[in-house]
Parts: sequence; structure tokens; C-alpha cells
Amino acid sequence: MSNAPVDTGRRRFLTAATAVVGGAGAVAVAVPFIKSWNPSAKAKAAGAPVEVNISKVEPGQLIRVEWRGKPVWVVRRTEEILANLATLDDQLRDPASVEEQQPAYAQNAGRSINPEFFIAVGLCTHLGCSPTYLPDTFGEQVEGVPSGFFCPCHGSKFDMAGRVFQGVPAPLNLVVPPHQYIDDNNVIIGVDQGDA
Amino acid sequence: MKKLIIALVTLIPSLAFAAGGSNVPLESANIDLHDKESLQRGLDSFQHYCAGCHSTQYQRYSRVADDLGISVDDMRAKYIFDDSIKIGSLMENSIPSKDAAKWFGATPPDLTLVARVRGEDWLYSYLKGFYHDESRPFGVNNTVFPSVGMPHVLEELQGLPVKQEDGTIVSTGGKLNAEEYDQVVRDITGFLVYSGDPVKLERESLGWWVMGFLFIFFIIAYFLKKEYWKDVH
Amino acid sequence: MVKNIVDWIDARIPMTATYNRHVGQYATPTNFNFWYFFGSLAMLVLVNQLLTGIWLTMNYVPTAEGAFASIEYIMRDVEYGWLLRYMHSTGASAFFVVIYLHMFRGLIYGSYQKPRELLWLFGMLIFLVLMAEAFMGYLLPWGQMSYWGAQVIISLFGAIPVIGDDLTLWIRGDFVVSGATLNRFFALHVIALPLVLVVLVFLHLIALHEVGSNNPDGIEIKKNKDENGWPVDGIPFHPYYTVKDIMGVAGFLIVFCYVLFFMPEGGGYFLEKPNFEAANPMKTPEHIAPVWYFTPFYAILRAIPDKLLGVVGMGLAIAVLFVLPWLDRCKVKSVRYRSMVHKLNISQFAVSFIVLGYLGAVPATPALTIAARIFTLTYFGFFLALWIYSKNEKTKPVPERLTH
Repeated sequence: MSNAPVDTGRRRFLTAATAVVGGAGAVAVAVPFIKSWNPSAKAKAAGAPVEVNISKVEPGQLIRVEWRGKPVWVVRRTEEILANLATLDDQLRDPASVEEQQPAYAQNAGRSINPEFFIAVGLCTHLGCSPTYLPDTFGEQVEGVPSGFFCPCHGSKFDMAGRVFQGVPAPLNLVVPPHQYIDDNNVIIGVDQGDA
Repeated sequence: MKKLIIALVTLIPSLAFAAGGSNVPLESANIDLHDKESLQRGLDSFQHYCAGCHSTQYQRYSRVADDLGISVDDMRAKYIFDDSIKIGSLMENSIPSKDAAKWFGATPPDLTLVARVRGEDWLYSYLKGFYHDESRPFGVNNTVFPSVGMPHVLEELQGLPVKQEDGTIVSTGGKLNAEEYDQVVRDITGFLVYSGDPVKLERESLGWWVMGFLFIFFIIAYFLKKEYWKDVH
Repeated sequence: MVKNIVDWIDARIPMTATYNRHVGQYATPTNFNFWYFFGSLAMLVLVNQLLTGIWLTMNYVPTAEGAFASIEYIMRDVEYGWLLRYMHSTGASAFFVVIYLHMFRGLIYGSYQKPRELLWLFGMLIFLVLMAEAFMGYLLPWGQMSYWGAQVIISLFGAIPVIGDDLTLWIRGDFVVSGATLNRFFALHVIALPLVLVVLVFLHLIALHEVGSNNPDGIEIKKNKDENGWPVDGIPFHPYYTVKDIMGVAGFLIVFCYVLFFMPEGGGYFLEKPNFEAANPMKTPEHIAPVWYFTPFYAILRAIPDKLLGVVGMGLAIAVLFVLPWLDRCKVKSVRYRSMVHKLNISQFAVSFIVLGYLGAVPATPALTIAARIFTLTYFGFFLALWIYSKNEKTKPVPERLTH
């Protein structure tokens, strides 16, 4: 060991420089590892927008469509159902759909573009179970409301516009996915209205 | 000792043959992956003449459109004829492989990676290497792939290729002259080179950044080491 | 605050003591040269292989039907999947480059000699397990080379008398290499062998730090201590060798990344051309050769014109390295102070190894087979000659202190 005086300033600077540059390198190396967890080209292709023909859906009927692997509901609502929606405001958490659970063009009374068809992602906002559609027996859950959605996992309840009732675990209304009407009978799910 | 010398001398020429396999000299393909127009023409020729039998099943239409600078709508309009195939789908084959095996005696291989198996010069020479040979089932043979089991699909472009005494191939009656035909073949080869390794350009440009970073890091680390080792020396 | 936490931990496990013993106050000879980078580089590559390997399993499909396509899925559809895959494939070759240089270092400076025999044995076990790990990993892409390489290597076991055929059948789990083989190799490659490797690396380091590092002069720094019991020719590993190894890592990464980004196929030696074609049990590629890091041993196998003896010869070529500490009977370690005969012998051994590596990679011709036989003899000749001349070798005087 030599006893030459140590230039501590230089030593500290070089140590810090190595640590900073080396640290930046380590962060850069982490990028591919982290990014590789993003949906792959295959997952993105499988999650492409889905076209649905809605002309065959009967009043009161619900059909399920798969979009990005999730169940998407298309429900044809009758005049009675739509009339009933307006009477529920004081029993709901977010009757006016203030929370952004829907695209702006579906932020209305029926949470839809065309009031006749309600389109929503069929997954409960509590912990992701798929609620059961009760077209006739929902009255057993909420008095005076003949139809709605009931989640079998933890008992959350939603009305026919996917709005959540008070006093259940689910915090938010059901999600309305981006969608657009090509014509009266065909809807694309996954593309916003107005986009190509 | 004499044997040892002979053995050592024979090592040298064998180096040249190590990579090849076929003894036919190959023509250089001179591919430029930056030439997007050439790749687009290559895609077009491939889809027109090759894709009927050969898939590029590890590639997706959307990826190819993106990489070659083609709009998604063009890609769909020109090359996707079946509504059930999405733009993000793999570029699979249109004919079922069982039928293909019946027609050709073997399933035409997928060509996504053919450029990485054979090399670009081989592909280029192969596509230029067809010549008239009545003894073969499809009436043609190939200089770099003897007894090839495939018809000459580019014959309408090249014309009837006849092998001369000196081994060169002269063709007559095609839509294209020899130079134009070479370009078509180069375009197709380029497209297949791209398909084999679509990330190559991105990889190399990222590589320069990484090299630059590492040089800087090395220099700092060198001075740090030198500073500490003053204690020792 | 930090001190309190450290004290709290030190009262429960010997954290600071362990750090000091292995890093902070590990006495390292002052005269390490270029050859001494490769130990830490091997650790770096091991970490790279473990991390990228774990990430590759996230998208790899270990079935005969899905394996090949899943590699292309990783290369094309997974974001940065190509980078992870090339890091792993380039890392495999880099591992052997680094390990071979590391072993050669041990050879020239006599790092296998007493008292480091066990250290050498653990190292040799690491080498052996690494070869198994690499061989099994090479099957996973399920390309033509993967398939036929595995077919050939597994068939080697068929040379064993009596049980050979049953043994190959048992290893494959089928009449040819098949999905069953792929699945078991996958399990061993991603779980069993990496575990064994990590344990062996741990033991290798423990063994090293117990006896202390050798050095280019081949003398024991522990024999010459100052009044505090610190070797006068020693410096603490940290900071001196940490900063030096960081520099070494940077230098290594420049070469490694150049290959990774600009020539990931390594000229057809790191990723072989036929392996871009999916495995086809009906058709063998025109020329099959193992990956470059196995070719020296493969050349020995091919040089011997008898199936059983060939396998024995190949096994012996590796086994003889295990007993190197007992073959070398000289008391002087470093090549610096040993006889001219020894210097020449080591040189011819290095040449033999490299030439055998080349011969194993190219198709055999009669002339090349003769060459392979000659170099097989010189390969084994190294050990025999060493055993003979090292008994009474004429060595130079060894210095008391390290030279620089």
C-alpha cells in the first residue's frame, strides 16, 4: 500500500458518477423485463373490436359477446324498463353517472347511445364476478324493481342501466365499453363513437 | 509428421465449405432492408405468386403493414380476401396442408424463417435458378436445389428458362427482361429476409445506443478503478 | 438509524461479519491480471441466464406442438421478447467463453494445486452441470438442430454395454426424441439444474474464501502477514476489486452487447441455421454438429473409430480434468516459474483444444479425421506428460513477495 495522499473529492465524484450511470443502466435493463408483461401482439389482435348484429335480440333479452376476453352484455330494454329507471334515483349510489364508468356519449339517463339497447361489460365493479341477469325475479332483491342484475359472489345489485344500488359492496356502476353504431342493426364494441 | 502437415493444410479450404452445403456458387442478393418500396413490392409479389401455397405464419398482417409502411386499409384491401381474417391475424395459408401434400407430394413449407435457414444469397440464386427440364414432374429443375418439387411460379415473368452449355440460364418470352426479373426476385428475397428477422433494424439502432452508453460507463469505471488503485501502486 | 437496523440484524444473523469475511475484509492478492476477470463475469452471466430464463418461461410452451411457434411468438409478438431471447441465447455461449477462459486461468497459474483441490472439483462439477444445462436448453427451441443434436447425444448412452438401449429409451421416454423428452428436459433445464448450479457456485465461493485466492505468481499471500495478521501482499476485495470488476464488466458488456445486437446468430455458431426450421423427425439436416462449446469433445468422440470407445474417450476427456490436482506433482504453481517443458505443454494443450473445437464443428473428411486423432492424442498427451515431468521438474526460484 502506498501512503500517497488520497484525493477524496475526486474519489467521491467518480464513485457517484459510476453509481448514477450504472444505476441508469440497471433501470434501462429493467425496461424490457417490465414491458414484456404488456399484452402481446397476439393478445391485442384477440382484443380487437367486435361487431355485433343486434337485430335478433328480443325485448327483455340479454346476449353476451366476448370482447378482450370479457363478457359484454347487450340488453334490449322495453319502454316499461326505461320508465322504471327514472324512479330509482334515491336508491342508487351514482344515479347521474358522474363517475367515469362510461364514455361521455353514454353519460345519460339510460347510459347508452340508443336507449333501447344497453351495452355494458358484464363484470361486477366489486371484485370482478359476472352478475346474473334477473329479468323477472329481481323484485325479490329490490322491491318494486322487476328486473336487474344481481352478483352471486357478494350480493351487489345493479339496475337495468347498470347503476349500482346503495348498501352493497360494489362501489361503482357497471362499465359501459366504447362502442359505435354502424347502422341500426350493427354495433362495434371497442371503438368509440366518431372514431374510424 | 507429414500426415499432420497434410491434415493442417486441408483445414484451410474446408473453412470455406463449412458454412455452405451446396457447391454451386451463389449470387449476391444485395438486400437493403431500409428500402421500404422494395420490401413492399416483395410483399406484393410474394402474396401474388407464393402465398397461395406458402404461409408466413409467424407474422401478422398488421405488423407487416406497420413495418413496411403500408396503411392498414391497403393491407386489408389488397391481401386479405376473407372477412373472418382480422388485420391482427397470423399470415396463415389459404390452402389446407393435407390438400397441398396431395398435390405436391409434400406440404409446401412455411417461409417465415426461410431466409434464416438458407441465407439471402441462396434464396436469390434459387429464385433465379429454375431451368427447363422435361424429366421433372413440373417440367423444371433448379441449379441450387436439384430435383426441386415445386413448379416455376414466376415463369410468366421470366419466360422459359433454358440452361446453356456453360451453365448460365437464358430465358425467352417472359413479361420482364432479365434485369427487371432480377429486381422482382431481389424484392421477394428482401421481403423474406425481413420476415425472418423483422426486428433487425430496430435491434441495430437500439444497439448503437447501448454501445454508446457502455463506452461512457467503461470510461467512468476505468477512471474510478485508476483512482482507487493509486493506493496500491 | 441505519446503524440501529444493522445492529438489530447482526444480533440475529452474522450479516456484517459475513460481509467482512467475503467482501469487506477478504484479503485479495494485489497482482490479479486480465485473467482474473472471468470469475466475476461468470457470476454476471449466471444472473443474466437466470433472469432472462425465468422471463422466457413466461411465454414458452414446452410441448412438441407448441415449442417452435412459441419461440417465434416471443421473438415477434411479445414486447422486447426478442431481446430477452437473444440475451439468453448469447448468454449461453458467453457462459462457455467465460468459463473456458476461467478454467484456463486455473490451469496456467496452478490454481488447482494444494490447497485448492476441492475448489477445483467444485468448479469442475459446475462445468459438468453447465454442460447438461446447456444441452437440455438447446432442445427447447425444438428446431432441427435441437432435435437431431439431442437424438445423437442421447444415443451416445446406447454405447454402454448391456443397459445402453434401455437407458436411451428411459432418458427419452419414447422410441425417438419426442414431446415426452422435451417436457422432462424443460423441467430439468428450468428448475433442477439451475438449483444445483446455484448450490455449487455457492460451495465454489465458500471453498475459495476459505483457502484464499491464488494469483499469477502462485504464492500464498497468507504466509507473509503484518503485525495485525493482515497479509502484506493483500488488499481488501472491496473497494479495490469491486471497482476493478465493474470495469471488467463494462468491458465484457461491450463485447457481449455487440454480439447481441449486431450478430445474435454468432455467425451460425451461437444460433445455428438449421435451428430456424422446426424439428422434423423424418429428415436429418445435411450437416449436424453440436453447438461450438461441445465441439472439442465431439471431435474426440468422432476421432475414435469405435462406438463404445468413442464415448469412453469423450467422457475421459472431461474426467481427466477432475484429477488434474493429483496429476500435477510439481510444488510450484504458476507457469511463470515452471520449466520450458511445462510452458510448451500448456501451449500445445490450448492449441489442441481449439483445433479440436474447430474439427468438431465441420463435416468429417478422411484427412480431418486423421487430424482429429492426432489432436486427441495431444489433448490426452498433455496430462500424461504433465504427470511424468512434474515429479522432478526443473523450476525457477519462486519470489517471497508478489511481483507486478
